[in-house]
Amino acid sequence: MLILDCPYCGVKAEETELQAGGEAHLKRYGPGSSDEEFDGYMFMRKNPKGVHFERWRHAYGCGKWFLAARCTATLEVFGTYPAQTSAPPADLQAKIKSKRPNWEGYK
Amino acid sequence: MSITRAMKRYSAFAIAREAMSYHQNWEEAWRSPAPKPKYDVVIVGAGGHGLATAYYLGKNYGITNVAVIEKGWLGGGNTGRNTTIIRSNYLQDPSAAIYEKARSLFEDLSQDLNYNVMFSPRGLLMLAQTHHEVRGYRRTVYANNLQGVATEWIEPKRVKELVPIINLDGPRYPVLGALYQARGGTARHDAVAWGYARACSAMGMDIIQQCEVTGIRSEGGKVVGVNTTKGAIDCGKLGLVAAGHSSVLADMAGFRLPIESLALQALVSEPIKPCMDVVVMANTVHGYMSQSDKGEMVIGGGTDGFNNYTQRGSFHHVEETVRALIETFPMISRLKMLRQWGGIVDMTGDRSPILSKTPVENLFVNCGWGTGGFKAIPGSGWAMAELMARGHSPLTEEFSMYRFREGKFIDESVAAGVAH
Ligand SMILES: Cc1cc2nc3c(=O)[nH]c(=O)nc-3n(C[C@H](O)[C@H](O)[C@H](O)COP(=O)(O)OP(=O)(O)OC[C@H]3O[C@@H](n4cnc5c(N)ncnc54)[C@H](O)[C@@H]3O)c2cc1C
Ligand SMILES: [Zn+2]
Repeated sequence: MLILDCPYCGVKAEETELQAGGEAHLKRYGPGSSDEEFDGYMFMRKNPKGVHFERWRHAYGCGKWFLAARCTATLEVFGTYPAQTSAPPADLQAKIKSKRPNWEGYK
Repeated sequence: MSITRAMKRYSAFAIAREAMSYHQNWEEAWRSPAPKPKYDVVIVGAGGHGLATAYYLGKNYGITNVAVIEKGWLGGGNTGRNTTIIRSNYLQDPSAAIYEKARSLFEDLSQDLNYNVMFSPRGLLMLAQTHHEVRGYRRTVYANNLQGVATEWIEPKRVKELVPIINLDGPRYPVLGALYQARGGTARHDAVAWGYARACSAMGMDIIQQCEVTGIRSEGGKVVGVNTTKGAIDCGKLGLVAAGHSSVLADMAGFRLPIESLALQALVSEPIKPCMDVVVMANTVHGYMSQSDKGEMVIGGGTDGFNNYTQRGSFHHVEETVRALIETFPMISRLKMLRQWGGIVDMTGDRSPILSKTPVENLFVNCGWGTGGFKAIPGSGWAMAELMARGHSPLTEEFSMYRFREGKFIDESVAAGVAH
């Protein structure tokens, strides 16, 4: 069972009280962007086998959206962090790098 | 091209002949060759779709210098993990065309492949348990009639006749009728993979198992070969047919796909006497069930919500599925479940597949079948072979990976709320 710490209310939330929200840190493109940029933001996904940054909602808890770093090949959770950031925190990235030396880093 | 000895046909006579030597001398169903340095066509992924693509490249276009490369064992991906539901009662025209092509090929696939795929068109019901579903399925019946797909709307009384073990007046969601496809049903999943593999091998194609593709090489925007755990292999054309691993392969070729990989689970019960000779899907409560020839009840439900490559799903989904089915079929409440497993399904936003050219020339993808691609194997292979051989196919035109950018979705997510 997947367990994530909600960075807002501090609760250890298990899967049934969480809602998955897909890839995190998407750069949004709107009017004025090229078709390719909009396509990339709206539909294309990294979907990596390995380190994945993703959105989660503490749906049956505080109700807030937060972000998590997780390994899709092992289900290991590296950590969670508040959603008000456009890139994963440096200390979390360092922690992942120490556990996954071959990880090419956040791009 | 390596010419193999002619495949010995399977027949009643062959069983008698082989009995003379106590069944010790059956020839191997397919060869396990070492890879050659170059092929006209390389297919990545020996699931049903990859093998069927290779088969129809040979059968329909005479292209037999083909390798199918598989990192595990053939049919060991989703093809060998699915619950084998076959139907073609989709809503949109492009879907009806390719799924009905597949269903109709299933009708005589055993004869065509000389391999018993145990196609069993036993009939399939999609229960309507809300008024919204009643309207939706009636609309599908009208659409199917126009598409030449034989389906009908049936009332609860007829549902009960077809499925005596069903509980029509469930407390939450009574059965209000069903979308019925009399020639929908099931087939033996492994046999579909094995039958195509045997026929491909007999045409001289190489199926290379235990060989992972680790890189894709291209020059001047054109694909020229793959790197594998058994060395480099050059190719004229490359087909990526890797279901849940499609994004990983696309990444090797330098592009992205509109795909996310999720876990989908299934389970089977202990075998019991025959009690249900149709397939029943209940999309509102999220579960479906059929009975295998061995007597096991074969059960499936919905996907997990998060990206996953582990072929392991979350337990609470199993619980939800079983809860839904016990409500629909109270008599199964005391059944013991024997096995439970998961596969990694390749989900697109509109729940329709991708059979497409890509940004890399001579590189084609066939993926996005998600929770429901077993039923499509023959039609998908037929269409993909045409796309790869001729550069276009009427069956794949609408399934391009660029349809999202163009806003031309083939929206099947409303028509089928459940994974199957
Ligand atoms: C639990 C479950 C139930 C389902 N129920 C149904 C159902 O009832 N009806 C239905 O129609 N569909 C169903 N499906 C969906 C169906 O199983 C799939 O859509 C279909 O089998 C996909 O076939 P495929 O050949 O594309 O993929 P797969 O059979 O998964 O084959 C892809 C192959 O590619 C190989 N591969 C991946 N990466 C590499 C690499 N780098 N190098 C070499 N090889 C590689 C994999 O090992 C795999 O064998 C179900 C799926 C699941 C998981
Ligand atoms: Zn919270």
